[in-house]
Amino acid sequence: MTDKQNLVRYVLRLGDDALILGHRLSEWTSRAPFLEEDLGLTNVALDFVGRARMFYQYAAQLRGGDTTEDTFAYTRDVREFSNLLICELPRGDFAFTITRQFLYDAFALPFLQQLKQSSDSQLAAIAAKAEKESTYHLRRGREWIMRLGDGTEESRQRMLDALDQLWGYTPELFEVDELEQELIDAGIAVDSRALQSVWITTVSETLTAATLPVPETTWTANGGRSGIHTESLGYLLAELQYMQRAYPGLRW
Amino acid sequence: MMPWLPSKRSVVSSALTLRNKWDRLMADHLQLFEVFIRSRRGLDHKHVGSLHADDPEQALEYARDVYTRRGEGVSIWVVASKDITASQESDCDSFYDPLDDKPYRHASMYELPEGVDSL
Repeated sequence: MTDKQNLVRYVLRLGDDALILGHRLSEWTSRAPFLEEDLGLTNVALDFVGRARMFYQYAAQLRGGDTTEDTFAYTRDVREFSNLLICELPRGDFAFTITRQFLYDAFALPFLQQLKQSSDSQLAAIAAKAEKESTYHLRRGREWIMRLGDGTEESRQRMLDALDQLWGYTPELFEVDELEQELIDAGIAVDSRALQSVWITTVSETLTAATLPVPETTWTANGGRSGIHTESLGYLLAELQYMQRAYPGLRW
Repeated sequence: MMPWLPSKRSVVSSALTLRNKWDRLMADHLQLFEVFIRSRRGLDHKHVGSLHADDPEQALEYARDVYTRRGEGVSIWVVASKDITASQESDCDSFYDPLDDKPYRHASMYELPEGVDSL
């Protein structure tokens, strides 16, 4: 029997990835390059926030008591968030947002396909719903990567810069710690290590089609899963949690 | 005259430059597409609006994001607006007026058989 505490921590990891990335995407609302893309990006942001809610609701149900989804979103501090670092990096320019999203979606899709097989039926159900969204996100991302990578001199340069800034955060996607190993053995969690080859194939194909080089890994950063974050997460949470921090328990 | 303020002319001209840049951007990179959607219970695609996109593939994705957010459709068509040939207002006289004196083309002349309530 798996420790329920560990299951809660795992579910929160997945919820944190979705909430933080969704929040970063939502920062584009009303600021995207043109109206249609504004709606497109906002739709993706909403998909991620919706995904976060499903994971948080499940975690709240597991924990019991007074805990709700809002407890996790609004009352935890930086060190208690366990999202991957790539999700929290500031939104940067449009090329950076698109590149981050593509690198993440190329991981999220096979991840969710595996999570659908989880022995935990709640996680499997959430994964089934999210998989459809991620299929669409990845399609969108792929086309943008090609459009920008093989676009103008400026768009290409911005893509190269974005890849350069992001690449070192991708190895963290495939790390498995003790907690996850325990849940993998129980048939609940996804073994992310096994997804790396699918991911690099998807990414290389798209980058090559976009005439962009596949970067070399010269540095790596990690720590998100154990609460060691970049400074930008604190600023993000300050905005996200402002209302509940200023007026605890506020409802509307 | 306050020398530290930009002259009115230069403000207007930079606003115009910006406007021109935007128009050029839209004209150079984005085309206008018309969007048609077939609803869940409909048999035909109906025109719902238009949008800007870089190519037909992207137009299809934006149509999904802009016009089917509430599950309005099961099928989408996008057509480049420039590919539509439209009748002009000036054609009205020759197109439609000659039909005004041909009431026999309407079914209203027929007596309805018994059992047919509406036609």
